[in-house]
Amino acid sequence: MERKTVFPQRLLPYLLLAPQLLITAVFFFWPAAQAVWFSFLRQDAFGIRTSFVGLENFTELLADPTYHEALRNTAVFATAVSLLSLGLGLLFAVLADRRIRGAGLYRTLLIWPYAVAPAVAAVLWIFLFHPQVGLIGRWLNGVGLGWDYKLNGGQAMLVVILAAAWKQVAYNMIFFLAGLQSIPPSVLEAAAIDGARPWQRFWTITFPLLSPTTFFLIVVNLVYACFDTFGVIDALTKGGPAKATETLIYRAYVDGRVNLDLGMSSAQSVVLMVVVILLTMVQFRYVERRVHY
Amino acid sequence: MATLSLAGIEKSFGATRVLHGVDLDVAEGEMIVIVGASGCGKSTLLRIVAGLESPSAGRVRIDQRDVTALEPAERDIAMVFQNYALYPHMSVRENMAYGLKIRGFARAEIERRVAEAAALLELAPLLDRRPRQLSGGQRQRVAMGRAIVREPKLFLFDEPLSNLDAKLRVQMRAELRRLQRRLGVTSLFVTHDQVEAMTLGDRLLVMHQGHAAQLATPMDIFERPADTYVASFIGSPAMNFLAGRLTAGGAAVALAAGPVLRFADGPRPGAEGMPLTLGIRPEHLVPAAEGLALALDLVEPLGSESVLHGRLANGEALAVRLPGRPPAVDRLTLALPPATLQVFVAETGRRLDPSPA
Repeated sequence: MERKTVFPQRLLPYLLLAPQLLITAVFFFWPAAQAVWFSFLRQDAFGIRTSFVGLENFTELLADPTYHEALRNTAVFATAVSLLSLGLGLLFAVLADRRIRGAGLYRTLLIWPYAVAPAVAAVLWIFLFHPQVGLIGRWLNGVGLGWDYKLNGGQAMLVVILAAAWKQVAYNMIFFLAGLQSIPPSVLEAAAIDGARPWQRFWTITFPLLSPTTFFLIVVNLVYACFDTFGVIDALTKGGPAKATETLIYRAYVDGRVNLDLGMSSAQSVVLMVVVILLTMVQFRYVERRVHY
Repeated sequence: MATLSLAGIEKSFGATRVLHGVDLDVAEGEMIVIVGASGCGKSTLLRIVAGLESPSAGRVRIDQRDVTALEPAERDIAMVFQNYALYPHMSVRENMAYGLKIRGFARAEIERRVAEAAALLELAPLLDRRPRQLSGGQRQRVAMGRAIVREPKLFLFDEPLSNLDAKLRVQMRAELRRLQRRLGVTSLFVTHDQVEAMTLGDRLLVMHQGHAAQLATPMDIFERPADTYVASFIGSPAMNFLAGRLTAGGAAVALAAGPVLRFADGPRPGAEGMPLTLGIRPEHLVPAAEGLALALDLVEPLGSESVLHGRLANGEALAVRLPGRPPAVDRLTLALPPATLQVFVAETGRRLDPSPA
């Protein structure tokens, strides 16, 4: 069912849409178009001469082994962050859904990390994992594990994954909690009477009924891990050590802002844009076809 | 098939006491209907039997086995919910098979039982549909099927017909009764609908404010209600109540409205002048030359009968049910046949029977 509102004047609807369209045009379409345009150009190091190179930026990019490395990092990072934050989000939501005293309070507490700025969150994790001053870092070194995420690429990846996932857990929990609360209690009671133990009830009833929420969150989390984690990585590892935590988005930043290679950076941005568009399309397609119970 | 026994079941939610010690013994294959207004504790009682709530005090026994501390899964019961509570992501077949699968039945046995139940409930063509593709009546039958395939010791029904439209409800009511008779499974059925209660139950348990007001066969409850609450709850239109006092050494009642009526079934015990409440059903009042004068203020023609509402000279309200078309008058004189009178103590509302001879 779609309800259409018919405006008596022609102008009014455009006028009402104008602010949003203007913002989208200035802050999205214009820069996006510029990025596409720049991706076909190459500038010298001092920005004096610019020449049109066609698709050369793209071919060079796709042949670059360090770009492949960033691609792999992104895949590992995004998968780990999504799994971790979805898993913990679901766990906390299930725990918060139980009728216990003070549920309102700790629901609020669980939502807080989402409100923390990425840089602040990163500082928090530095205080935990710094090899010399961090609480956990010092303990790890104390038990002889040789912890130093500033030198060890694997450890660095682990820290950025933890920090990025931590920030997203709250968001996932809110959605899972809403999903859990929309499951009629009588359905779970019926399953209990049918003989299903709590664990069986969760996997045969609750989890399948949450699947629309889960799917939505998978896409949102992938997009978050791929594109919204710049702040966390920048504050914690700056892509290092030795590019071990350099994801696609971080690399686009490094090439553009640090190395001042606008053409290459733009080409990377265009690749990222295509990925986002694809992910969004998958989501809408799937959500539209999704069975609604 | 099993017996069910409830002993002194109490339940409090915080400071609110919703059940004040309910006892009930159900024989094998019996269908007990628990009936009462909303908030009387009938659903809570059913949920305690199911194991979905635990009682604050009292024991639940199924087949003499104390199940009070057991999980719902361990009680071997099946329940049909008001909103059916079907699993929305499963087909009708999977809905019915779920309980068997969980309990580890062999696939062939599951298929046999599901097919049997589907045939019994005429669900065979719908087995591959999802619940959302079914009508209310069909969902209701699936919920029944899910209960039947389990072959449980006990069926519990929590107002399963109240989400259906009036016509379907009557039809499903009859179906349900036939099914229960045929399967012979001991059943508890909760409803607020007195017609459902009267037609479905071998015996009724009328609940009032967390107490069991009366437990008896439907006709016993109709003919010999234990108190004024039961008397007013069962029967439509509701029983009339008139104030009066015990007189003539307990052999008669002097109505506040005037007449003195002798009891047909013998004198009542009690002090002379003790306040009484006299009950008479609207269909038992008969127009007569002499008796109570009723000024009519509302006439409800129902086709085969008419219900007339009015007031007596002293202001007491009275309803009369007469067969056929309503008479075109605004005053009626009514006689109260003594054999149909119900006598209650005004102070407690309890039934007052004749003193034993």
